[in-house]
Amino acid sequence: MPSVKDVCRHVRSKNAGPFWVTFDLFFDGPENFQAYHDHPALGPDLFQRLFGADPALVRHYPVPSLHMVKISHARTSPQGGVVERDMHCGQQFVRLLDVELG
Amino acid sequence: MLDGPIKILVPTGSLGAGASEAEVRYGIAQGAHAIATDAGSTDSGAAYLALGMSKNNRGSVKRDLTLLMREAAAARIPLIVGSSGQAGGDRNVDWTRDIVVEVAAELGIRPRIALIYCEMEKATLKTFNADGKVQPLPPLGALEDATIDACDHIVAVMGAEPYIAALAAGADIILGGRTTDTAVLASYALWKGAPAGPAWHAAKVAECGGQCAVNRLEGAGVLISIGENGFEVEPLALSNRCSPDSVSAHMLYENSNPFLLTEPGGILDVTDAVYRQVSDRSVNVTGSIWRPQPYTVKLEGAGSRRFQTIMLIGIQDPLVLDKVDVFHDRMLAALYDRVHKTIGAAAGDFHISLRMYGWNAVSGERPPPGTPAPREIGVLFVATADSQEMASQIAKACNPYFFHFPIALDEELPSYGFAFTPADIDRGPVYEFLLNHVVELEDPMALARTKWIDLSEGGKA
Repeated sequence: MPSVKDVCRHVRSKNAGPFWVTFDLFFDGPENFQAYHDHPALGPDLFQRLFGADPALVRHYPVPSLHMVKISHARTSPQGGVVERDMHCGQQFVRLLDVELG
Repeated sequence: MLDGPIKILVPTGSLGAGASEAEVRYGIAQGAHAIATDAGSTDSGAAYLALGMSKNNRGSVKRDLTLLMREAAAARIPLIVGSSGQAGGDRNVDWTRDIVVEVAAELGIRPRIALIYCEMEKATLKTFNADGKVQPLPPLGALEDATIDACDHIVAVMGAEPYIAALAAGADIILGGRTTDTAVLASYALWKGAPAGPAWHAAKVAECGGQCAVNRLEGAGVLISIGENGFEVEPLALSNRCSPDSVSAHMLYENSNPFLLTEPGGILDVTDAVYRQVSDRSVNVTGSIWRPQPYTVKLEGAGSRRFQTIMLIGIQDPLVLDKVDVFHDRMLAALYDRVHKTIGAAAGDFHISLRMYGWNAVSGERPPPGTPAPREIGVLFVATADSQEMASQIAKACNPYFFHFPIALDEELPSYGFAFTPADIDRGPVYEFLLNHVVELEDPMALARTKWIDLSEGGKA
């Protein structure tokens, strides 16, 4: 069963304004993009489980020309709050790398 | 109709990040009509708006301004700066103004400087809110007056219109308050009558300077050329190049939707944009569409409601490192207990967190069973309370437990590594963005205030 890091050449995360975080998954070629960009394991439930996100505020945007999917969700705590640990959300992608796409 | 493409030199992704003299001269030699750059963002948090403070140091901003003002004056083209001083609040603009006036004197130039402010009074926002002109953006809900009152400073993020007005009035230098990055870079081309789709899309591509090029670490800036049917972009560093992928991928950056970008007065839609390599270094883009919408501006409001005190220790003791999660849980419980017993109800609604650097501090998530013990961890103690004094008292109450908490009850009290005395550091307020709302405006200029410093007449504002 491949994981995200097996089928992507690059994965990154970044704040998108103070209230959202966005993940970019660049797949390793068109076949992997086709096979996995809308995989259920990358659905809203994943972001609820890993980050506590409200599933209704998880958005998927496939970009076929770049073989990538952008996934954005509302942060559970706004940037810079009491429990902030990653102001730019730049390390959040790491938790996606081992997600299995069975 | 345009006489030819409008060329905008974007010297750097952010004023103070380090513009290059060779790049700026190259762009001007290519016929740049204006230099435009933003000087800030919300990325680094709410403190810069709340405090009216720049993130960049004064020296680096002055260095870039000296280069850009000198070259713009020599070429007789305008210099346009948006989101001045990081947050674009009135004090952030004034901080930048003082540097610009100082540099003008040093260079012996006499520009007409437009200062465009966009801070909003709380009473003004309450009136808009009462009139039903304020709408929330997810995940926030309807705006309450109490939230407005909790903000220290509020800015209404400007579109291109106030810049266009200042250009039309003859500004040599514009220092704008908080503005969308794209509006700053699109304003000159829009003023000259360039089509809106290409002007806004070119601006979005260029907003981080050279980041839309293939090699993101090579060179600082880009040149965008906006024509009747599209635009071209090339990096200002001759050794670098743009590719269709590097340019189209930039629409992804820091943007929750890769195809639609909401701006004051419209939506940029790049769903059907076509990216073509037109020379070794340049990419041509067509098919960008601007969809006019009712005019809205986004609000940013920063405030501080709570305060923090921090302490830091380093631990190399293998007995602790074998059981980091157990140690964390026991210590956290002991610290809460200690505060309840020594401060009691007076501590109020306080919060303590322990962030185990070297183990799981960034995510807070438990590593899976079997994860090898680290060689060393740093433990950051963060106490949050309703006043700085109480956060400090909580840290002092926790101090002996935090520095000497044993993993085994039968051992002598350990001492963990700490580097400073006193060991507790009052960090100050927790600055937060409290607004994620838009205001509908009938007049795009309604919330912008322009002041002039006309050095060409030897005067000051």
